[in-house]
Amino acid sequence: MSNRLINVLVTVISIILGLLVGAIVMVFSGYNPAEGYLALWNGIFGDSYAIGETIRQISPYILAGLAVAFAFRTGLFNIGVEGQLMVGWFAAAYVGMAFELPKYIHIPFALIAAALAGAIWGLIPGILKAKLRVHEVIVTIMMNYVALHVVNALIKTISGGSYKTDHIKETASLRSEFLSNLTDHSTLHYGILIALGMVIVMWFILEKTKTGFELKSVGFNDNASQYAGMNVSKNIILSMVISGAFAGLGGAMEALGTFGNMSARGGFTGIGFDGIAVALLGANTPLGVIFGASLFGSLKYGANNMPNEANIPVEIVSIVIALIIFFVASGYIIRVGLKRLDKKKGAK
Amino acid sequence: MITRKSGLALSMLLAAGTILGACGADKGKDKEGTTGAGKEDAKFSVAMVTDVGGVDDKSFNQSAWKGIKEFGEDNKLTKGDGGFDYLQSTDDSDYTPNLNALARRNFNLVYGVGFLMEDAIKEIATQKKDTEFAIIDGVVEEPNVASIMFKEHEGAFLAGVTAALMSKSGKIGFIGGMEIPVIERFEGGFLAGVAAVNPDIVVDNKYTGAFDKAELGKATAARMYSSGVDIIFHAAGGTGNGVFTEAKERKAADKDAFVWVIGVDSDQYEEGKVGDDNITLTSMLKRVDVAVKDIAEQAKAGKFPGGETKTYGLKDEGVALADSRGAIPQDVLDKVDEFAKKVASGEIVVPEKAEKKK
Repeated sequence: MSNRLINVLVTVISIILGLLVGAIVMVFSGYNPAEGYLALWNGIFGDSYAIGETIRQISPYILAGLAVAFAFRTGLFNIGVEGQLMVGWFAAAYVGMAFELPKYIHIPFALIAAALAGAIWGLIPGILKAKLRVHEVIVTIMMNYVALHVVNALIKTISGGSYKTDHIKETASLRSEFLSNLTDHSTLHYGILIALGMVIVMWFILEKTKTGFELKSVGFNDNASQYAGMNVSKNIILSMVISGAFAGLGGAMEALGTFGNMSARGGFTGIGFDGIAVALLGANTPLGVIFGASLFGSLKYGANNMPNEANIPVEIVSIVIALIIFFVASGYIIRVGLKRLDKKKGAK
Repeated sequence: MITRKSGLALSMLLAAGTILGACGADKGKDKEGTTGAGKEDAKFSVAMVTDVGGVDDKSFNQSAWKGIKEFGEDNKLTKGDGGFDYLQSTDDSDYTPNLNALARRNFNLVYGVGFLMEDAIKEIATQKKDTEFAIIDGVVEEPNVASIMFKEHEGAFLAGVTAALMSKSGKIGFIGGMEIPVIERFEGGFLAGVAAVNPDIVVDNKYTGAFDKAELGKATAARMYSSGVDIIFHAAGGTGNGVFTEAKERKAADKDAFVWVIGVDSDQYEEGKVGDDNITLTSMLKRVDVAVKDIAEQAKAGKFPGGETKTYGLKDEGVALADSRGAIPQDVLDKVDEFAKKVASGEIVVPEKAEKKK
């Protein structure tokens, strides 16, 4: 078997296995798996509304995935995407409501504000890691909590004691009549284009620039990179800043597209943490992140239709979805199995 | 290599999506056609979208669902299309699609449970003008939306009166979830109730900042009980479960311990059982079920209060204290009743928000 064939087979088999085990769970808990999966399918692709909502759900996942993947390529584990996303969300929501600007200035301004906020949130663990060797995992986890509570406090302050910010101005909104009509009033917005644009940006930085080469080099071996004359500290900080900027933009998707404002939260959004899985599913490559985010986003949104159409409780749905993701992520086992099978045939 | 794999997989996924997506769309249209045609003679159907607490949150989502089920049984409806149903939200971003899904299934009246759904209801209500919507705990000004509010402060006032009359140590605790208008009404009413009986009683009030952190509720309750507080009123959803745990542990360790919890939203008597004892003093009931049923019946009769805000207080039996099952002596209950009558008649006006002490 050629490598290419194996790669395709692994993905297909792992998805089928996930669906099979998910089906078994549904049968055992007394639900019809065929109905369940049909509902899942309709939830993702059923009509233009569902497709619009699915794409809307994918956009922040792509950006969160890019953020994790980018840091990972430099050998950094950015758990702080969640927090960076939240400060980005807030920054975009604030700029969106507080300024009166023409559309073509307002949207970029809000996006840049979100990216900057996220970048600053990434800069702090970056500096601590580069200068003092404090492990970025610890700092970023803590920065998540700082973000959560700082943002909640800021929302209260700027909204004069309310629990949510005012709605953003029309000029800052990523939504459009066109997309809304196209998808039967779904909340689809232009954020997906920004997310896809950032995929290209990440690919360009990593593959086509000297900086990208240095970043990857530090990721492979920082001692060797230093010996080769690269500034390791600078690269670590830069990597965290860019990663944070991606995450901040992910927050802007929610602020300028999906919600149009930000509400005080009791806990995390979960998008940042799912971003870790998205990046790992996509093997930390820009294109892979699109795949991972599509899988995560579709399953997450489509799953809502399973209680709606097939009467399967949310809890069972969570288990089924988790199983599918589990099998896709554990493609390695299938890969080994396929290779063995191939060798046996070769021996005969 | 890896990029190639995912690239291929992605294109396959998309290709499959386009092919099968077409079938799905057709099917959807058929379904809409049939339900739409049957609408003329169909019964009045109701449905609700829960917030992230879920339908079994032992709180207002559950209570709202109870109201819908009762309405369904009274009108001989079945669960599902054309009858009554619910959808759960697992994330804030699910509100809009869930409301939309129910509106598309041609339910006549769709409830959004919880103030967090204000924006989502407003958006969907402007798109689906033929469906009637109702929001609980929030206000949306659209002609096809009825807003349901509660005078939590009136119920909490009675809880405060009870706590003040029952407390031996003169120290009472209040544990809130997030600092949002609804919970502030609980706090405001409770503090006013305590002060109405005895202004010298110290109320230790604390917001935990979350509705789903039982461990935080437990830690906060532990600190309060240790500092001499003997009765805690919680308005913190799942966080409040930790308050019950802490009180039960103390009661289990020492049968004579004088620790009590006042439950919230629904009757939390079952939560407070420790062997033969029970640490639930009473619960401040927020009768979401009563309000939900009431609005559904009005809508069925063609008198849907669209664009209006209906407020349910003590007078309308929207809020009340639960049966204490002997935990509160009769003389205290009589006094609480006196206060209840004064509040219901408007003689006492309960403040909606606590005065800041700072």
